[in-house]
Amino acid sequence: MPLKYAINPDICLKLTKDKCGTCEEVCPANAIDYTQTEEHITINAGSIIYSPGFTPFDPSKFDNYQYANFPNVITSMEFERILSATGPTMGHVTTFPKLPLNPKKKKDKLLAQKRKDPKKIAWFQCVGSRDINKCDNPYCSSVCCMYAVKEAIIAKEHAGGDLDCSIFYMDMRTPGKEFEKYYENAKDKHGINFIRTKVHSVTENPETHDLNIRYVDDFGQIVDDTYDMIVLSVGLEISEETKALSEKLGIDLTSNGFCKTNSFEPVTSSRDGIYISGVFNNPKDIPDSVLDASAAASAAGDALSSARDTLTKSVEKIEEINVVGERPRIGAFICDCGSNIKGVVDCEAVTEYAKTLPYVEFADESMYACSQDAQSKMVDFIKEKNLNRIVIAACTPKTHEPLFQETLANSGLNKYLFEMTNIRNHNSWVHKNNPDIATQKAKDLVRMAVAKAALAEPLKEEKINVNDSVVVVGGGLAGMTSAKSLATQGYSTHIIEKNNQLGGEAHKLYKTAQGEDVQTQLNELIKEVENNDNITVHCNTTLESADGFVGNFKSTLKSDDKEFELEYGIAVLATGAKAFVPDEYEYGNDERIITSLDLDKMFKVNDTKLDTINSAVFIQCVGSRQPDRPYCSRVCCTHSIDNAIELKKRNPKMNVFIIYRDIRTYGESELLYKEARNLGVIFIRYEVDKKPEVTIKGKNLFIKVTDHVLNMPVEIKTDMLTLATAIVPRKDEKLANFFKVPLNDEGFFIEKHAKLGPAEFATSGVFLAGSGHYPKPVNEAITQGRASASRALTLLAKKDSLFTSGIIANVDPLKCSECGVCVSICPYSAPMFATEGRFEGKAEVNPVLCKGCGLCVASCRSGALHLRGFDTNQIFSQIFALGEVV
Amino acid sequence: MNKQLIGSVVVIGGGISGMLSALDLANSGYYVYLVEKGPSIGGVMAQLDKTFPTNDCAM
Repeated sequence: MPLKYAINPDICLKLTKDKCGTCEEVCPANAIDYTQTEEHITINAGSIIYSPGFTPFDPSKFDNYQYANFPNVITSMEFERILSATGPTMGHVTTFPKLPLNPKKKKDKLLAQKRKDPKKIAWFQCVGSRDINKCDNPYCSSVCCMYAVKEAIIAKEHAGGDLDCSIFYMDMRTPGKEFEKYYENAKDKHGINFIRTKVHSVTENPETHDLNIRYVDDFGQIVDDTYDMIVLSVGLEISEETKALSEKLGIDLTSNGFCKTNSFEPVTSSRDGIYISGVFNNPKDIPDSVLDASAAASAAGDALSSARDTLTKSVEKIEEINVVGERPRIGAFICDCGSNIKGVVDCEAVTEYAKTLPYVEFADESMYACSQDAQSKMVDFIKEKNLNRIVIAACTPKTHEPLFQETLANSGLNKYLFEMTNIRNHNSWVHKNNPDIATQKAKDLVRMAVAKAALAEPLKEEKINVNDSVVVVGGGLAGMTSAKSLATQGYSTHIIEKNNQLGGEAHKLYKTAQGEDVQTQLNELIKEVENNDNITVHCNTTLESADGFVGNFKSTLKSDDKEFELEYGIAVLATGAKAFVPDEYEYGNDERIITSLDLDKMFKVNDTKLDTINSAVFIQCVGSRQPDRPYCSRVCCTHSIDNAIELKKRNPKMNVFIIYRDIRTYGESELLYKEARNLGVIFIRYEVDKKPEVTIKGKNLFIKVTDHVLNMPVEIKTDMLTLATAIVPRKDEKLANFFKVPLNDEGFFIEKHAKLGPAEFATSGVFLAGSGHYPKPVNEAITQGRASASRALTLLAKKDSLFTSGIIANVDPLKCSECGVCVSICPYSAPMFATEGRFEGKAEVNPVLCKGCGLCVASCRSGALHLRGFDTNQIFSQIFALGEVV
Repeated sequence: MNKQLIGSVVVIGGGISGMLSALDLANSGYYVYLVEKGPSIGGVMAQLDKTFPTNDCAM
């Protein structure tokens, strides 16, 4: 990831034959050192987080798919590189993608000439997953269905509309947030074909290298078809190396090599002090790995809380140079961004041009202005040339502004004496076919930035006083876990629970998918939370208001008609979700028709009715995956299968049927699906447009469904029908408004970033955990609870160094006419009338509340308001600079 | 607890998960050693093109 090169010692000529040595000669940073050797270092640490990741399954041993022999059979990882702009084909989808291996070889050369744009590509799912026939991986790899859909969509985007993409699958597993819609769009909008079958074999036309496949379709007919390319959706495997290190570390693994964990401590290994995260913990996608990462940090930190801040070093702060009143001395730095900018823009000409601009003392071009050596050179230039304003022409300030501002601070300049202009995204990327115009535009942009920078003034950032207590809204599993971790690390935490007890929906559960008894561990957790001195539990309490911002929230709480106020700095929203009440399948008309949670209750109390049942039926997706509720509720397949196994174990003679659409036992839960089949549970598939029919005839209960194997309707007489109901969000718009956080169409909270910020909101200081984010089982709710705590902790740890932005509004009181428009228009209540002093009655802006949006500035009819860093004269100078003829 | 705890953590593996664990811990007051066997951190995610379901660039 960091653009750093390493020497491969096995093939380096210098190291193997003492020849060459060119890299040492050409490296401008003198970074090459051939004398480095392997070192053994001993580290004493308090905890270990083990996140070794996975290895993609190697399909070479599958003789029926011929990956090792046919050049157009490739793996999904290889296809990922083909789609990538930085990959071997630069994003061009082509057959024989791996060739020419050796352009001098005649065979490779001939094949390379045969390269063509594919017309038909097939994806084969579950290669190296859910398979004990060809390999020993009985688990589901959790991510392949989604990545295959993604690859098919992107392939069509790259190749144009007429590319035919087909995905051959067993069950489509898209149980994540927004996944089901992605899958539906792939079918309806992108025209991807989904074919439910396991392909028997692949043969190759030796002339054209086209691939012939043979499979049995839904109606039992043998189908032969030809494709240009086949992508094998390879599963995730734990490498032998990881297994060996795990043994050395002394941690227990499952039979598949994943780490053994408890649902209530999902990132803790069997050995004290070693925590685990990522795919090693169970096959998972990026957001779940990200949650694991933060959760493991929380668990590792909790264990070491008394030693916190003992080994960290603080960064030395450099005294700021006062530049007020000095003539601007601007340094302009032009970045090539490798070939990203330089490939289109004549950066040398732009640099030379910059040198001619007013106030510019110095201009320099660098290959990567953001690289460490370019940054330290920048510091030297600033000091040497006595520069007091800096202009960077490079990529986007969104990602890189903080880095450059840090460099300014390191050289003693106020970080606002800086202007960044984007000559990549706004220029070289969009005008790549017009290099002359792009170079001209880059010059214009630099000229404008210089004009603005010349007027830049040092700005002051106000320190935010952070109240370091935390409010957790919702006392379910996720909320309690979050509160417990924050309290352990020393922060006073309040749990707001609207019910009369902690625990939430988990009280209704019987067992976890791992087979643990939920109630025992739930009650233990509740006890721990209640006995923790740093946690105050407010049951029967609701949140009536929330004002303020990160570090300074204030809420009114209501408990038994009594209202009280609470001030806090951080909020965690863990309000959970609830079970859907079915409106179909005769629910409510017969006491034998129940929901999954009702069945859990019967198990919990050991209901004697269970002994009288000889036939039980489960219907899946009740209220899920249909047009009015298009998401998958994630937990129901595993839950029903778990309960079916329990029924079979209680009474092996019982007939148990599960009527489903796709079985979505992702990860190692797949083993439960296998166990259920072994125990004789019968699985019947239905389509959403042909739902099963339930009839009550006298004393009997009948379920009619079209069997997918027999292709004809069957009628099952049953003693009990369990409906696997959807999990629906609480859709708490009031709460969302209090903290200015968004809800999605269905009413689940929208996190900061679907991949990289799943436990926090875009609103600073507000975090997210549990099923309010998306339906999830016990272990995942607890993981997210811990993750939200870890994320909150990184903010709380900065308590004494949290500053506002310097870009805020300020008032010129001599011009203020006291009209009050700014006071009424500000969404953050930052401007107010001064109540005392020389300018009593005039507007003034509270710098801590101001977000720098500029609304008040635009609305001020007296011209009394200014936005620091974007003052009127700066904006005009930019506009005038644009108008200047070069 | 009599034993003096050490306020540092070793993170083994520099993929997306290991990197983020390391960042969280470093930002909350613990010294972190991030250990990666390859020449650079980033792991498998760095080899991906785009990510589902947003089609964001993986890099």
